[in-house]
Amino acid sequence: MNLTLRIWRQKGPEDKGRMVTYPVDDVSPDMSFLEMLDVLNERLILAGEDPVAFDHDCREGICGMCGLMINGDAHGPQRGTTACQLHMRQFTDGETIDIEPWRASAFPVIKDLVVNRGAFDKIIAAGGYITAPTGSAPEAHSTPVAKANADAAFESAACIGCGACVAACPNGSGMLFTAAKLTQLSLLPQGQPERYTRVIGMVDAHDEAGFGGCTNAGECTPACPKGIPLNTIGRLNRDYLRATATRGDTPGS
Amino acid sequence: MELFTEGDPIADTRAPDGPIEKRWDTRRFEAKLVNPANRRKMTVIVVGTGLAGGSAAATLAEQGYHVKSYCYQDSPRRAHSIAAQGGINAAKNYRNDGDSVHRLFYDTVKGGDFRSRESNVHRLAEVSVNIIDQCVAQGVPFAREYGGLLDTRSFGGAQVQRTFYARGQTGQQLLLGAYQALERQIGLGNVEMNARHEMLELVVVDGKARGIVVRDLVTGEISTEMADAVVLASGGYGNVFYLSTNAKGCNVTATWRAHRKGAYFANPCYTQIHPTCIPVSGDHQSKLTLMSESLRNDGRVWVPKTKGDDRNPRDIPDDERDYYLERIYPSFGNLVPRDIASRAAKNVCDEGRGVGPTKLGVYLDFADAIERLGRKAIEAKYGNLFEMYERITGEDPYEVPMRIYPAVHYTMGGLWVDYDLQSTIPGLFVIGEANFSDHGANRLGASALMQGLADGYFVLPTTIANYLASGPLDKVDATHPAAIEARADVEDRIRRLLAVNGDRTVDSFHRELGQIMWEHCGMERSDAGLRKAIDEIRALRDQFWQRVKVAGEGEGLNQSLEKAGRVADFFELAELMCIDALHREESCGGHFRAEHQTPDGEAQRDDDRFAYVAAWEFTATGEPSVLHKEDLKFEYVHPTQRSYK
Repeated sequence: MNLTLRIWRQKGPEDKGRMVTYPVDDVSPDMSFLEMLDVLNERLILAGEDPVAFDHDCREGICGMCGLMINGDAHGPQRGTTACQLHMRQFTDGETIDIEPWRASAFPVIKDLVVNRGAFDKIIAAGGYITAPTGSAPEAHSTPVAKANADAAFESAACIGCGACVAACPNGSGMLFTAAKLTQLSLLPQGQPERYTRVIGMVDAHDEAGFGGCTNAGECTPACPKGIPLNTIGRLNRDYLRATATRGDTPGS
Repeated sequence: MELFTEGDPIADTRAPDGPIEKRWDTRRFEAKLVNPANRRKMTVIVVGTGLAGGSAAATLAEQGYHVKSYCYQDSPRRAHSIAAQGGINAAKNYRNDGDSVHRLFYDTVKGGDFRSRESNVHRLAEVSVNIIDQCVAQGVPFAREYGGLLDTRSFGGAQVQRTFYARGQTGQQLLLGAYQALERQIGLGNVEMNARHEMLELVVVDGKARGIVVRDLVTGEISTEMADAVVLASGGYGNVFYLSTNAKGCNVTATWRAHRKGAYFANPCYTQIHPTCIPVSGDHQSKLTLMSESLRNDGRVWVPKTKGDDRNPRDIPDDERDYYLERIYPSFGNLVPRDIASRAAKNVCDEGRGVGPTKLGVYLDFADAIERLGRKAIEAKYGNLFEMYERITGEDPYEVPMRIYPAVHYTMGGLWVDYDLQSTIPGLFVIGEANFSDHGANRLGASALMQGLADGYFVLPTTIANYLASGPLDKVDATHPAAIEARADVEDRIRRLLAVNGDRTVDSFHRELGQIMWEHCGMERSDAGLRKAIDEIRALRDQFWQRVKVAGEGEGLNQSLEKAGRVADFFELAELMCIDALHREESCGGHFRAEHQTPDGEAQRDDDRFAYVAAWEFTATGEPSVLHKEDLKFEYVHPTQRSYK
């Protein structure tokens, strides 16, 4: 396959940045999207040009490090698939492909396609955990968990923190990410004691980090490579309402 | 020139005496404690945020130490532990199927082909039960039964169901549990987190590890960070093969730099080749993807009986298929340990019976399981893995058998540590895959997660306190001559890499190095092949330093420079791996020497000559390393020929 790539190049946070066109020939349909970028970068290096910086690590769709807007879609055209797992057989010979970084005010660009997603870590640090210092745990079987709840908790816990939901959202909101963690922990008995302080802490941290609010645009779930359901945000809102109405108390405990 | 010299044996591993089941208790009681008020005055550096590093950093911070944590990724949540699929072993015996701490200990020593240290392995088995409790308390969503209790399954070579799992994403869920505990400590101000930082040198002051030199991968700034102790949890070195199931960034630099500063490197030739990976599709391949070994619980491995049978697999009748694992190993069948399954796949492909476009592949077939259990049940168990396979290959494994082939997956070797997980440099502790300790010559499935978390949550926090309590250490800062020298070395290396400005990319060298290693130091090794590899590695390394072209400059984000530094260290490690493999004139676990096999082609150990850990001491660049032997004593598990027939 022969392709034309139009890639966002930006030297650093202060640079204005622009789209640059690169033809890439002899692409195999069995290549992954990132392998196709590797080929381009090898060529750029030998030509003495600066290779395109992009984040990636595991290349098997689980670490959440890669993230590209491909023709305007977060992680590209294939549903439930990260950019690193996207293969070139999804494209056609002669196609022009636009490649851009995640664009959101909470994710400033570092260079080219690399953005800073540290805001996600701040949300987790503000409550996305169960306080259980090492050694303090009771015997694992002392608290059974209904299978349906455990399965639903797992479904939300599958979030890889890539930021596609934010990139896809017209408001640049991180609500799906926040709600996924909240849902996981609120479905488990171990998560109940901190349930309402957690939701306040995480939503406050979300807002402080510069993410936009959720207006139910619904763009996040289709873009999510792990299919985190939209109703997690409904759960977040219910818990948040309850928590703010009784701020200071811990309802239900 | 000779390839190595031999030095004094390692006399003391510092494991307590007495009955094996009492040793860890004894150690915990004898370990000195640090007064809680003094802990916050002590700084511990932890490099790496995977299961071992993340859990260690969180636990040390909970205990009151000041922790500085480093990872090269943009967030501690992305360390490669996250990609572990299958599960985590623990001797809970919830199934009442005869499991116990002693059986897990026994299986692990045997699975490691009698090349691991009994005391360490027993402790691992003891602590395994606490890990499950800890993770459940953190909200790790393990698979559960309808009654609400934890589900378990049998896994890779175990005849009991002791593997806890979270669908095919167990590593992810365990890592996020540790990550969340770490983030809690970051939020509380007890951990200073430095993401996108790479350790490039160890600072040793008066014989003790006192700090590291790091490069900020965003700004390119080099800085020196000092501490009372340094913990390396930087993972394995499988990427020396270029193609492996490791993440692209996984590297040996942290441990190799420590090795050059005096930490012995143990058993570097022990690498694990995982039998169930998606075969290579072409020259563009940048990494290999694992299909969880749990698939072998329900999938049947086969190749056609006749060479060159190119029919569609569905058209090949049952009696023309060779279910070779079931045939050769009737009692374990498709569940034989990884080293055995990998070599068997290589053998049938060498015979010309491999499948797929490259003929380097075997079928993993679910047709029988789907018929027996129904497609729904298979979907529930393996759905995400099947989807991943289809995304990569474009084939639907519900309809067509998967094609799999072995790939480098894990490295049992690593920095040598004593019972306290301390290296030969006082104050330098090494945990998780980065050390050599618990898996001998072959790691059993679902034991990597167990070891990472055992080291990080439970073992290190106890043993490091004993070291720190022996202080107080002299106050040193980044102006100490040793720190200044370490930093200057780092800056000099970066300058040299950028100055070559040759005509070949880093990746092209890495790929070629990987081919040499896979060919001669992979699934099967031989005297002649290893000697050839050593010559080729040296020649290629010289070429690297004359012809490599690294783009850009030292300042700012420069991924080409990051790779160049890592590959330069892989070149040095590769040579030591081959020397270690050459000197070990026996076959054991993942180390298979063509000259040393039983008449029916199984690994032939030589316990009289090689029942030891080979710990290598670095001397100088280009000079032979010194071999130190730690003799292995087996008081509880008597070495036998490992048989899975």
